[in-house]
Amino acid sequence: MEIDRRKFLQITGLTFLALAAKPAFDLLPRPVAANASSASQAEAKRWAMAIDIEACKEGCTDCITACHRIHNVPDIGNRKEEIKWVWKDSFANSFPEQENRLVESTFQGRSVLLLCNHCDNPPCVRVCPTQATWKRDDGIVMMDYHRCIGCRYCMAACPYGSRSFNWKDPRPYINEVDDSYPTRTRGVVEKCDFCEERLARGDIPACVEACKYGALIFGEMKPEMEVYKVISSNFTLRRKAELGTQPQIYYIL
Amino acid sequence: MYDSGKVILGVAVFLCLASFPAWYNVITSKADYRPDPVIVVSDNQCIESTQYMREYHMQLLKEWRDDAVRNGKTIYTASDNKTYEINLTGTCLKCHSNKTEFCDTCHDFSGVSPNCWDCHNIPKSGK
Amino acid sequence: MIEYIFKGGKRYWLTIGALALLLMAGAVAYLMQWNTGLAITGMSRDVSWGLYIANFTFFVGVAASAVMLVLPYYLHNEKAFRKIIILGEFLAVAACMVAVTFVLVDLGQPARVFNMFLYPTPNSILFWDMVVLSVYLLLNIIIGWVTLDAENKGVTPPGWTKPLIIISIPWAISIHTVTAFIYGGLAARPFWLTALLAPRFLASAFASGPALLILLALVMRRWGGFDTGEESLDKVAKIVTYGMITTLFFLLLEVFTIFYSQEPEAMKHFTYLLFGLDGYYGLVPWMWLSIILMCVSIVALLNSRWRRNPAVLSAVCIAVLISIWIDKGLGLIIPGFIPSQSGYIFEYVPTFPEIMIVVGVWSLGGLVLALLYKVVLGVRKS
Repeated sequence: MEIDRRKFLQITGLTFLALAAKPAFDLLPRPVAANASSASQAEAKRWAMAIDIEACKEGCTDCITACHRIHNVPDIGNRKEEIKWVWKDSFANSFPEQENRLVESTFQGRSVLLLCNHCDNPPCVRVCPTQATWKRDDGIVMMDYHRCIGCRYCMAACPYGSRSFNWKDPRPYINEVDDSYPTRTRGVVEKCDFCEERLARGDIPACVEACKYGALIFGEMKPEMEVYKVISSNFTLRRKAELGTQPQIYYIL
Repeated sequence: MYDSGKVILGVAVFLCLASFPAWYNVITSKADYRPDPVIVVSDNQCIESTQYMREYHMQLLKEWRDDAVRNGKTIYTASDNKTYEINLTGTCLKCHSNKTEFCDTCHDFSGVSPNCWDCHNIPKSGK
Repeated sequence: MIEYIFKGGKRYWLTIGALALLLMAGAVAYLMQWNTGLAITGMSRDVSWGLYIANFTFFVGVAASAVMLVLPYYLHNEKAFRKIIILGEFLAVAACMVAVTFVLVDLGQPARVFNMFLYPTPNSILFWDMVVLSVYLLLNIIIGWVTLDAENKGVTPPGWTKPLIIISIPWAISIHTVTAFIYGGLAARPFWLTALLAPRFLASAFASGPALLILLALVMRRWGGFDTGEESLDKVAKIVTYGMITTLFFLLLEVFTIFYSQEPEAMKHFTYLLFGLDGYYGLVPWMWLSIILMCVSIVALLNSRWRRNPAVLSAVCIAVLISIWIDKGLGLIIPGFIPSQSGYIFEYVPTFPEIMIVVGVWSLGGLVLALLYKVVLGVRKS
């Protein structure tokens, strides 16, 4: 009897050891997977966006409406459980480190369009325990809503407040569900994904398309692209750039 | 062994009870029931053979899921070299738009409740 | 040995019954959360972690504190801890289970928790925390049970437990260090972004865990007829004393650095915690209660006559527990999120179902602890 118990413990221990070893084996590079990813990397892209703060029309929310409509972003109706992919906030709140009377007076009362910065060094990706959020080769910080366990570590890690959590089932709060895009389920984190589904079809992001004032410039970071030209020829700010996240949303002053 | 009579009796009773669903179905011939999913397809052919889809659609869907979301692959090449857009609502449910008569028939029968529809929409044409 | 849990007096069954009832109440509240989602809690988009993660942090500390008995006993042959050490190891088991359960109830998609092991992600501290906590839990179950089993049979514990015990010492430090890294590695949260976080966690753990152990030992002596010895209690109380002094010292270090440097982002969070910000004072009374209890308990513990008086000692231990539970619970988690990334203040107030779930998880730990301690009592009495 006593030996049985000891044996049981030993077997249990070995089982846990084996369970622990399995993921380690999974981490070993597999030739097939490696080939596939290097093939898609052949054409390295880097998406980026420039936002012209002065061109962005005060009080206009066309981009927000377009984005939230096509992505089935719910309108929860309270601050506590709010879900948003793009939104506007004051200049002072968007760039708290720019405490400078001169700049503040120039942009006094201006609101700034905010969204996921699709960082080159994204802290949310670093902390995610399941790789439910990761950075694609083209720079888009993606979300896999199938894999997210809802630990909200990414929300703690994101310096921009770009991530929203589904505290409850979002469906009853979507005015009109767009069939062509999935909704989310409760218990997962969501955010802007640069309209990756539209990019795959060759379209530009919905917010860029919706802007009547040309305030949003989107494209690849290549010298011949407009986004590259405006960023390199204007003075731009990036939100909390001092944190080393390398945000890829550039604000033109 | 102490109380061997009681132990054997107990094991026998347990086995009878545990196997109840099996022999109950045999006796009442309820096990002969087969779900009959209704297929309303505009196209006659699914992306793979019916037999394959019946057995492996869940694996295929998982593959599609990872391809579309994680690997940036949007086109599926079937075994007959025809290509399809990887899209649950846009491709699968375009033909199988009758979720209740199609998907649910077998899922209910086998007692599984896949959570695909927590997020993916059923086209408004059929529910 | 397990049979001892089925034989007990009226008081034992009342304790078990009461804990089981509370656990059930918690389970009902959790069912609500399971059906509706985390919307039933007070957590929000801005304050996305709350009471659950606060309790998780606190109980990892309690679990880690077992090392303060194991280390002197096994490495320095401190005989006074001979009888109390098993209580420490089993407390670590219960605390570890409570900590892990708090993470589970905090998940938005608890059914997917195994994704953490299916897709192991070495760059995530949360992944490592789950690894070290699971191993620490196993270590303590095995060590505690095997040594008690040997004692039950009147033999010396098998030799292979020795290396496990030695491993468990740095492992205890690791669980709390890794837990501190969860917060301390986030550039986005200046309130937590300090290398002092892990030492602070350990210092407060070495106060709260042993304080809880003293209370439990006093309960066992009063109602269980099991005395761990006066000397052991006094030695543990001294550990609490220095744990508390170090905790207060580290807190003051943080306060100096933040307020003297005037670094605006970090200062806002500490101002909210200690003095309130823009008319919001949610945590101020709590944090000051914690600081006052810290000072009072340090004074009381430094006086050896008071420290040796069981009535005073138990009061002080309760004070220590409340103080650290605030300091390393709500007082640590909530100010990290207030003000938010965009400077907004959205205060956090836990809801009733949320509190019931917390109580339920506590009772789960209490239940595990009661059963394990019953086994200890059974072995020691026979």
